Amino acid sequence: MGDGSHLGKVRGLGSSGHGSHHWLQQRLTALGNILLVGFLFVSLIRLPLGDHGAVLRWAANPMVALALILMVVSVFWHLRLGLTVLLEDYVHGPMRLLALVLLNFYAIGGAAYGIFTIARIALAPVVAGPGGM
Amino acid sequence: MAGNEPNARPRAPHLQVYKWGPAMAVSILHRASGDGLAIVGAGLFLWWLGAIAAGPEAYASFVACIWHDPNPEISLFHQITNILGKVVLIGLTWAFFQHLFSGLRHLVLDTGAGYELKTNKLWSIVVIAAGVFATAATWLYIMAGAL
Repeated sequence: MGDGSHLGKVRGLGSSGHGSHHWLQQRLTALGNILLVGFLFVSLIRLPLGDHGAVLRWAANPMVALALILMVVSVFWHLRLGLTVLLEDYVHGPMRLLALVLLNFYAIGGAAYGIFTIARIALAPVVAGPGGM
Repeated sequence: MAGNEPNARPRAPHLQVYKWGPAMAVSILHRASGDGLAIVGAGLFLWWLGAIAAGPEAYASFVACIWHDPNPEISLFHQITNILGKVVLIGLTWAFFQHLFSGLRHLVLDTGAGYELKTNKLWSIVVIAAGVFATAATWLYIMAGAL
């Protein structure tokens, strides 16, 4: 790789042509969040949150469960992009790599936990209740 | 002086020399509210989901921890977390609206609009005011329903 000339040192290390990728993903997940978190917000305001049965029936509704899963994907993708920039701005040295690894564990693990939990709620047999589907 | 050091590179004026303005405030509030939502908001959401899935007893203990413990002999821990839970929920409501409104502002700025000094300042102030107003309206609505 190169003969030590200035050009040789940077060849292959420059712009990969993907500079707008992060920016665009942040905007697209932001649009998803407006819709899906907006839906969650309105639902939280309208639900009797102290009533487990009512909340469970709401979350187990297939359309609601689908919206919640999409929301988890959009939110955790968006927060991973945002917190990546935060860490890149404020964490320096070898700690940065560790922080970014932990962030990825949080984002991927949190999203997996959320999706799995929504699936558990939606697919639990007791939810249908007596005479249900 | 930085300029007298050998090989000193030119440095940008440090943050403290700038006079604070609404655009700077809305910028850092966007980051702060986003981080709060990403860590506290998403964490609380996952806790809530887990409590729904775990059943009525787990859900009741979740509500008793963060909102209201109906036990007449309420523990000191729950006395604290009942207050803390409401503070966090109000804070998350504000963070949600602040991040939503300043996010919408960013989407407008992305089109190249709104960079004129007066326009930029006006919408920065509108975003901050709208965030506070929407949070107050939401909690007045919740409290009116609870009474």
